[in-house]
Amino acid sequence: MTNLLERILPTVQKPARYVGGEYHQIVKDKGTVRVRVAFCFPDTYELGMSNVGMRILYGVMNEMPQVWCERVFAPWGDMEEAMRQHHLPLWALESHDPVRDFDLIAFTVGYEMSYTNILNMLKLSGVPLHAADRTGLKNIVFAGGACTYNPEPLADFIDFFSLGEGEESTVEILELYDRAKAENWSKAQFLRAVAQIPGMYVPAFYTHVYKEDGTLREIIPEDGVPKVVTKRIVQELDKAYFPTRQIVPSTEIVHDRSNLELFRGCIRGCRFCQAGFCYRPIRSKSPDVLCKQAEACLEDSGNHEITLASLSSSDYKGLEELTGRLLDYCEPRKINLSLPSLRADNFSRELMLRLQKVRKSGLTFAPEAGTQRLRDVINKNVTEEEILTTCATAFSGGWNNVKLYFMLGLPTETDEDVLGIAELAYKIIRVWKETASNKKRGLSINLSTAYFVPKPFTPFQWAEQIAPEEYLRRVHLLKDAIKSRSVDYRYHEANLSRLEAALARGDRRLGAVLERAVELGARLDGWDEYFDNDAWMHAFADCGLDPAFYCREFGADEVFPWDSISVGVSRRFFRKEYEKARRGEITPDCRQGCNGCGANRLGREGLCDE
Amino acid sequence: MNRLLFEKCGDAVWISHLDLMRVFQRAFRRAGYLLKHTGGFNQHAYVSLALPLSVGTESRCEILEFELDEPFVPAALRERLNAALPVGVRVLEVYDSPRKLKELTHLHAQVVLEYDGGVPAGAEAGLSALFTRETLPVEKRSKKGVSQVDIKPMLPSIRVERPEDCRLLLDAVVCAQNPSLNPMLLVTAIETHTPEWKPDFAKCRRVEVLAADGKPFR
Repeated sequence: MTNLLERILPTVQKPARYVGGEYHQIVKDKGTVRVRVAFCFPDTYELGMSNVGMRILYGVMNEMPQVWCERVFAPWGDMEEAMRQHHLPLWALESHDPVRDFDLIAFTVGYEMSYTNILNMLKLSGVPLHAADRTGLKNIVFAGGACTYNPEPLADFIDFFSLGEGEESTVEILELYDRAKAENWSKAQFLRAVAQIPGMYVPAFYTHVYKEDGTLREIIPEDGVPKVVTKRIVQELDKAYFPTRQIVPSTEIVHDRSNLELFRGCIRGCRFCQAGFCYRPIRSKSPDVLCKQAEACLEDSGNHEITLASLSSSDYKGLEELTGRLLDYCEPRKINLSLPSLRADNFSRELMLRLQKVRKSGLTFAPEAGTQRLRDVINKNVTEEEILTTCATAFSGGWNNVKLYFMLGLPTETDEDVLGIAELAYKIIRVWKETASNKKRGLSINLSTAYFVPKPFTPFQWAEQIAPEEYLRRVHLLKDAIKSRSVDYRYHEANLSRLEAALARGDRRLGAVLERAVELGARLDGWDEYFDNDAWMHAFADCGLDPAFYCREFGADEVFPWDSISVGVSRRFFRKEYEKARRGEITPDCRQGCNGCGANRLGREGLCDE
Repeated sequence: MNRLLFEKCGDAVWISHLDLMRVFQRAFRRAGYLLKHTGGFNQHAYVSLALPLSVGTESRCEILEFELDEPFVPAALRERLNAALPVGVRVLEVYDSPRKLKELTHLHAQVVLEYDGGVPAGAEAGLSALFTRETLPVEKRSKKGVSQVDIKPMLPSIRVERPEDCRLLLDAVVCAQNPSLNPMLLVTAIETHTPEWKPDFAKCRRVEVLAADGKPFR
């Protein structure tokens, strides 16, 4: 008879995302592998399969003959409901075996608003939620990813965190586990040993002591574990593991194309940007390696599109050579080459025009702030002149579409800065009227504002997030200033960004809030159709906590919940940058001279951007 | 016209119509063949599936039309495509056909009815009788809403079999184009007219595509 899953599949949306079986998925013999890993992405298949990190680590783990790593994604609401109704536990795509049968359960976490999905996935798996309630070596839960540099809100649920780049450390973890399993270690013994691997943070070994006002008094590590855990990096990207043989989804995903990383890190130092600091030091791949990997990926996947990804692609030193060579390969094969994150400088303008030969994409700018003064505060050194010149080039070349991204609520922002956003939009309209070669279809400016969220490991980690009411006042101030029909203005939901801020700088006490929120039905919070702010507010209240506490201005010498972690950039540097921001002083990019952030100490022989 | 006859079974049955086109577009590239691209603003590789297949339905008789820029050897194309396709999608034949797709008029399909507690007494005979009625009105749900259709004129032949204790099999020929009958509506007919024999689960497979003369269409 048809099994339960196959009976449920016809009743849910997009069933292909629940069965695996894609080209190049990895299937091993259960009888011969010794360690089975359920690699969980705490959101939908379409998002998770678009994640480059997950693809790399899936490859890394499965390169180990004794290990079989399989994929698990969060079910959409309709599937979750059916699973609960029929008592069908969460399964891994490759074997369809229940997650609770796996040795290790790994999560890659990229977004605060996926925390509830982690809890929910553990619940749907039938695995005890609290780390303390999982007593054996079976079902060890670990996590990594860009959103685990402040691991504290998840500390109750995750046995250990793997901080930084996982190409090498993941192998060390799995080798240790293999040994622990063979020698029948206790969980405590295993976690003690894990804590000795550089980059591993075992929260149970750190006691957080609070003051009466709710701030941290101190963090006390147990004997024998590092006081501060420093993230791991891969020294030479050219030699780092990169899978050119990757799973090709049979159903459409968000980034349905091949993806290549030009470099890690960023020379720019925008003061709000967590990625810009957490991925330092700067390490590049050579054009030779990138070209080889690009061709191999494209031939292996059959993709007709490839993206070159990085935090700021114009800063890649070999960009001209690389794009030239790649275009020579792509054009005759009708492959699209896309290159996001280009800056608005001269070379990029020419490049942009050349890239459009295969396919015309839109123009996107992220000035982030409406006035030069505020752009100096955040150290985003894109100038109005650059934006307008690029627009003029593009409009005369036939473009009529511009996307503009800003933030509201940045430190020191005034109404003048907010109105500056509208003024910039009007200047772009004026440039279009003067330069557009094709005015028939009119100009369309998509302008959107996000609600600034201060993040750990940025100069703004001390900054307050303005209250939601004040954010909405500024939204309406801007909205009223935009009268042109060419501008479509969208703004981020206040409640969601408020919560994101509370979780981003949250402490260990938020574990109870997460748990309560999930009990009250919170999950898939990143999706409008599921985000339930009332459940969250209810959960905070039930735990006697207030999101506003985590959104306030933090004290200069305050103990941060994430003080046991280092991304390589010193607190002193962040503080200096924050003070410069307050004075409206910019910091030149790293190529104009090292600013001494400290991340170069992670590199072999102190190398950065070589 | 260049055509592929392929089957779609196992977990591949969950791949949707649009996604399946993407699967083939990539598989051709992986196999080392560049499909002819459409002109225009957004160029894309041209493939076309003869009869869209519902998600969840297995098939041994799917037809895909394609064009390449260069000449090719059918047997080699078949072999290389099969090495490049996901599990469950398999090319059976690569051929050139002068026939128009509109000559494909009927579909040989089978619907499996599963009864978890065993096939109820009398169901086999009862369903045989049901499908010999003069008319078989059912409610058809579509994006436009609910409408009443009589499926009987689109059902030239049907046989009820009992291959196992827990299963009945409806072996039917249905109209495939203008109008077409989704074989799963046979289950709706059971639910509507003889709810006592409603199965616990039903699934469908396409066995063969037919021309007006009752012979396989290629």
